[in-house]
Amino acid sequence: MSRRLLVAVCALIYFFLMLPLLVVFPISLSSAPYMQFPPPGFSWQWYERYLDDPQWIDATWRSLYIGGATSVLALLLGVPLAFSLVRARFWGRALLDRLALAPIIVPTIILSVAIYGLFAKLKLIGTWYGLVVAHTVLALPFVVLVIAAGLRDFDRSLEQAAEGLGASRWKTLARITLPLLRPSLVSAGLLAFISSFDEVVVALFLAGANMTLPKKMFDNIMMEIDPTIAAVSVMQILLVSVVLVLIGRFGRGLRDSAR
Amino acid sequence: MRTGKGAGEGSAELLIEGVAKRFGDVVALDHVSLQVAQGELLTILGPSGSGKTTLLKVVAGFETPDAGRVTVGGANITALPPAKRDIGMVFQNYALFPHLSVKANVAFPLEMRNVGRAEIDRRVGEALAMVELAGYEARLPKQLSGGQQQRVALARAIVFNPRLLLLDEPFGALDRKLRETMQLEVRRLQRRLGLTTIFITHDQEEALVLSDRIAVMNKGAIQQIATTTEIYERPANDFVADFVGESNILHGTMSAPGLVALPDGRKLMVDSEAAPGAKVGVLMRPERFAPGGINEFTGEIVEAVYLGTTFKLRLACEGGQELLVRQPARGPLPAAGTTITVGIDPEAIHVF
Amino acid sequence: MTTRAAWPALPALILLLVFFLFPVVRMLGFSVEAGTLDWYAKALGEGLYLRVFWNTFEIALLVTLFCLLLGYPLGFLMATTTPGWATFGFICVLLPLWTSVLVRTYAWMVLLGRNGVLNRTLMESGLTTDPLPLLHNFTGVLIGMVHVLLPYMVLPIYGAVRRVDPAIPAAAAGLGASSARIFWRIYLPLTLNGIFAGSVLVFVLSLGFFITPALLGGGRVMMIAVLIEQQVRETLNWPFAAALSAVLLVFTFAVYAVAQRFTQSEATR
Repeated sequence: MSRRLLVAVCALIYFFLMLPLLVVFPISLSSAPYMQFPPPGFSWQWYERYLDDPQWIDATWRSLYIGGATSVLALLLGVPLAFSLVRARFWGRALLDRLALAPIIVPTIILSVAIYGLFAKLKLIGTWYGLVVAHTVLALPFVVLVIAAGLRDFDRSLEQAAEGLGASRWKTLARITLPLLRPSLVSAGLLAFISSFDEVVVALFLAGANMTLPKKMFDNIMMEIDPTIAAVSVMQILLVSVVLVLIGRFGRGLRDSAR
Repeated sequence: MRTGKGAGEGSAELLIEGVAKRFGDVVALDHVSLQVAQGELLTILGPSGSGKTTLLKVVAGFETPDAGRVTVGGANITALPPAKRDIGMVFQNYALFPHLSVKANVAFPLEMRNVGRAEIDRRVGEALAMVELAGYEARLPKQLSGGQQQRVALARAIVFNPRLLLLDEPFGALDRKLRETMQLEVRRLQRRLGLTTIFITHDQEEALVLSDRIAVMNKGAIQQIATTTEIYERPANDFVADFVGESNILHGTMSAPGLVALPDGRKLMVDSEAAPGAKVGVLMRPERFAPGGINEFTGEIVEAVYLGTTFKLRLACEGGQELLVRQPARGPLPAAGTTITVGIDPEAIHVF
Repeated sequence: MTTRAAWPALPALILLLVFFLFPVVRMLGFSVEAGTLDWYAKALGEGLYLRVFWNTFEIALLVTLFCLLLGYPLGFLMATTTPGWATFGFICVLLPLWTSVLVRTYAWMVLLGRNGVLNRTLMESGLTTDPLPLLHNFTGVLIGMVHVLLPYMVLPIYGAVRRVDPAIPAAAAGLGASSARIFWRIYLPLTLNGIFAGSVLVFVLSLGFFITPALLGGGRVMMIAVLIEQQVRETLNWPFAAALSAVLLVFTFAVYAVAQRFTQSEATR
């Protein structure tokens, strides 16, 4: 009986969570020239406007390759870091652990302003690699958390077995450890990608004239709410859905990292 | 510690000398020495925490000892990494690589030794045939039963002709029937290949079934190394007597040659040359009691259990002594509360 | 010893030192460049700015409270339902979590505006005659932030409820406890850790929130992050922005430090 009440309450909360994601779909397909709900008719015009505008397309490509590069860099740095944090015992390990997770604790606005100050001096504002570096700092904690969770559950006797059977440490890493860690690697890489692809605060400060997709969206929202944003939003939601499906299919369950 | 005879000394394939290991304040290995002869199967038997697993890890190279030496075939391997030791090991949980097929699992040690493709195929085929798993090459470990997984682990451990085979409680996860089959199979294979083998277990029955010799460990030290019969019939101390098999252990003083005085004043006739005045332990195995034995015990049955071939009786004797007795299961199970008399001959009593 | 050594951490450490720790410390240094604490006196002494801090604190507190009220039932249901429904629940929580904050904020603008979906629906159904002021005010910011931060509350609570051995409430029920009593006497005390972890996380994230208050507040709801951005981008007052940042950072760390005293929360342990 009280269970039924719980289910009813939760249904409302689910609705609250999904409503904003669902509402952009009809708006993106509206035939009205401005924001109107319910839409008076159906049209692809906002998608066409997005596809025909080189600024949007530019920004999309930039976000995609910045996200890709961030994902690669965050894995290259974060995976070895997670190995050391989980498996090595060294002076300052606890401190390094805190430092590695600090980028998600320190408010992004502070990080953005700080890097903005530094990059202005180094003339890195508006460069794509500058953004990649800043986004990697932000993505690193996700990679460390996911990989560390995977490593903690890793059965060390498999590595011992491999070494006992004649494999060097490197061979063991390449043939046993990393292949078995692949689900975690997939999740970590995709999360790093998404965290960069969605990131707006840092981009607001660092992107300069070379807009990323979120920055372009932010500027558009500030100026005028036209349904092109809805079309872009729909595509963004679909992309996230695809990524989540990929993680569910090939990655390590996000459920496990919800500690 | 006593070293048993029998195992042809001088042809020691594995030599462990004075190996010590501490973890913080805990002494895991207290200067352990032992040797295993070529082709011998030595069991290290002990309760959990006795140091047997640490000893195995030192031999395999996963732990570095604080002191001591490990020699295989005359070569000191103490500082060698595991990969260079040429030791096959079957892990407690088998440690099969879950992402590799049966064939790839078994081929792994050969690949690491850069054996050619054709040669790998031949030897993997042989090894799998030996453990009766021909035809399972393409399966993944999770598609196999526990017994089959164990066979794969065994095939993987012997396929590269290791100098030494280590078995770390490999039968723990199997049910009783399967365990007995696998034990015999491992024994057969080990004899056939003449593999020098160390087998770790906490199960004394298993140790008795499988071993040439048994090393009983407790608190990081070897209590006794001897053949299976010797361990059972002539344990070196209380711990061994108690840990291996069921036992009645009493303590007393030799009052005259062949006579032990117990604390309650009783005298036991024994077959021992211990000097009068010596403090001794007395072991009486429950199954060695028989009606009409020379040393008689009379007591009330506190508990009687039917075990198929035998009755297991717990007696409360005069003077407060408790005795565990096994009798052939003939006739009805004696009722609790009845008083019976049992006897045991001097030759059946072990004095230590 | 390749997989057990400390040196693989080095490249990441360098990145964190050069592009995280150094710039943050450098920026915070601007606040005391003049050799005085004047900027701090301004940040903490003038009523105008003090009110921004108070506003931020108040919003963070309310957001945490609402997230807890909505997040607990959700986390609880997800942890105790069938796997199929749990998966559905995860989709409903993770999809918004990983959707850009910008997309979600934009959607709320569409929903909450004067001519937005919500007001249209309410007026057409005759429930209200005039549009409710939902956007560019405190309410709008609150709704948007609760939506963005709710997943951070749900996940730790879900984890905590999952860790409760189902035999315990079952045993209690078998002993005759009502479901209300089982909740108050068993689930609630056993999941306090998750509640605490989620609340700290949501509260701290709220303190530094920028996008949602900037867009949904419409300049009328000033939070500390928005103020910092203005000082840097509009007035180019770096020392003051640095002082505000330092105060925000100290406050954030203080909350964490207090939280750490109650829970052990090393991520890689």
